[in-house]
Amino acid sequence: MARKTPVAGNHSEAPSAAPLSAEQVAESYRLMLLSRLLDERVYALNRQGKAPIVASAQGHEACQIGAVWALDKTRDLFVIYYRDIATCLALGYSVSELMLGYMARRGAPFSGGRQFPYGGADLKRRVINTSNVVASQIPHAVGAALAFKMRREPSVAIVHFGDGATSEGETHESMNFAAVHKLPVIFFCENNGYAISVPLRKQLAMARISDRAAAYGFPGVTVDGTDVAATYRAVREAADRAREGGGPTLIEAVVPRLMAHTTDDDERRYRTAEELEERKRRDPLPRLRQTLLDGGLLTADGDSAMRRQCIAEIDQAMAAAESTPYPDESTFYDHVYAPQAKK
Amino acid sequence: MAEMTYRGALRATLREALQQDERVFLMGEDIGAYGGAYGVTQGLMAEFGEKRVKDSPIAESVLVGCGVGAAMAGLRPVVEIMSINFSLLAFDQIVNVAAKLQYMSAGQINVPLVIRTVTGGGNMLAATHSQSLEGWFAHVPGLKVAAPATPADARGMLAAAIRDPNPVIIVEHSLLYPIKGEVPDGPHVTPLGKAKVVRAGKDVTIVSYLRMTLTALAAAEELAKEGIDAEVVDLRTLRPLDRETFVASARKTHRAVVVEEGWGTYGIGAEVASSIASAAFDELDAPVARVSGEDVPMPYNKELERAAIPDAARIVAAVKSLL
Repeated sequence: MARKTPVAGNHSEAPSAAPLSAEQVAESYRLMLLSRLLDERVYALNRQGKAPIVASAQGHEACQIGAVWALDKTRDLFVIYYRDIATCLALGYSVSELMLGYMARRGAPFSGGRQFPYGGADLKRRVINTSNVVASQIPHAVGAALAFKMRREPSVAIVHFGDGATSEGETHESMNFAAVHKLPVIFFCENNGYAISVPLRKQLAMARISDRAAAYGFPGVTVDGTDVAATYRAVREAADRAREGGGPTLIEAVVPRLMAHTTDDDERRYRTAEELEERKRRDPLPRLRQTLLDGGLLTADGDSAMRRQCIAEIDQAMAAAESTPYPDESTFYDHVYAPQAKK
Repeated sequence: MAEMTYRGALRATLREALQQDERVFLMGEDIGAYGGAYGVTQGLMAEFGEKRVKDSPIAESVLVGCGVGAAMAGLRPVVEIMSINFSLLAFDQIVNVAAKLQYMSAGQINVPLVIRTVTGGGNMLAATHSQSLEGWFAHVPGLKVAAPATPADARGMLAAAIRDPNPVIIVEHSLLYPIKGEVPDGPHVTPLGKAKVVRAGKDVTIVSYLRMTLTALAAAEELAKEGIDAEVVDLRTLRPLDRETFVASARKTHRAVVVEEGWGTYGIGAEVASSIASAAFDELDAPVARVSGEDVPMPYNKELERAAIPDAARIVAAVKSLL
């Protein structure tokens, strides 16, 4: 890496939130493992021509899971982006549902096969994702937060985006607008150091993305995004503040990008062999596994069993998705316009 | 019936919506104490407060994007973009998001967002403030585009837009704001997607919309003096386009001229002319003629600007070329 990676949070006060329970930590590991194995499988499916495009979450899993732990699935809004695989698993999506999205099958949860995997919306679970034009999802969290505030609901909107999105005008406009109106929104940047092939040093001239928050007049923190608990604490603090009327927070979760941007990208053209080797040391998965093994929360046998279980779940989901039909052509024009009665 | 200005008619509908539906709020640049760049929201912040009538930073993209988010979350935002020329800064949110979210989410989320904006030239505001870009939006499936030409339609179509579950862009013309007209008393809704024959005639059909409808009516009066009886069709909604009404008129008169203020190349007139030609080719006595804005960036100078915008004389000449 060309620059020093910031890992320590620059919020020094003691976290207000209760720490994650041992069960939550153990479940975090299961979710991370499931996300990783699913990620690897759909990459393979892409190479077999069965999944048109895959954006990997490998390296991002810990921060995604930590953020979900910190929020309330029943009342908060999750404006995710295309790389939020572990986020969705933590939100309770089954692998079978997500597999329908990868294979563009009928009943795929966000779009019924009309948009990239994870693109679209799922109102039942309070998830929306319009991020395929980078940063275009950010104003939607701001607008939803405006609605929460106007209706005096104690809900928070979190919006996920990558470091690349921070260069877009929409990001600036959104942060400024949210600050002016003191809206309950959390800007959650999953900083993996690359906007496709453009490294961070060519995207911004400052040390930390979170430093930008000061310019808007709200807190910004950088956390080690490979640490579930650290991310959880930062998001929980931000959510508590937002619910109390304290306005937005920018959280920068620093993560490694363990894979190429998407299956359409060959990162060997712009990342050195050393770098590709180095990033493996920042992989959150073995780190959490070791923590659990050391703490007696996991055994080697238990780990193997969990892995087999995840693989079985993925196998089953794949078979189910492959036997699910494509969207019916007769529905082609459905949903271009909402029917007048729907108000 | 009461006489009202176009501006007053729009304001009456906004006021009524704010009174009747607590989900409705207005957001835009200078719409608060200033009352809107064209005075449409005058007095509304004083009456309904800053919560319902929100002044926004100069940030069109988040203005629309935030409106999309608020609409998704169950509110009924009415966003004002001061000029259609500035809507380009929000093009991503309008075209890539508002228009598509309903489809991309397989119908799970609809976006009941109204965008009011001002189009057209004639004010010596030059190249970046005088364009007629509504056709760009009318090109996009998922959007509705309304262009009321009269105070009554402004009142009724804005009311329809606020009730519509889809994103609707209301295109207003700056030169229409002071125009007065009869408006039905009390709340009324003019359905979107319905064109209107605003002058019956038998010799030729003139199809137009927005301010050019008034110019077409003036041309029809000129033609009447020479014994030519023109029918004038006001499109009123650009998307969904009511082809039936103007095709029926062209079938009846056997001749058609399509008039628009904006550029002709790839213009709205091309869509209308092609629709008439495909549906009524055998019934036409002449090719469909077009009158449109000159293909230039709008000049600042008054005389040059006048030359760039269609007037009644050009419409009259186009009609005569068909006879």
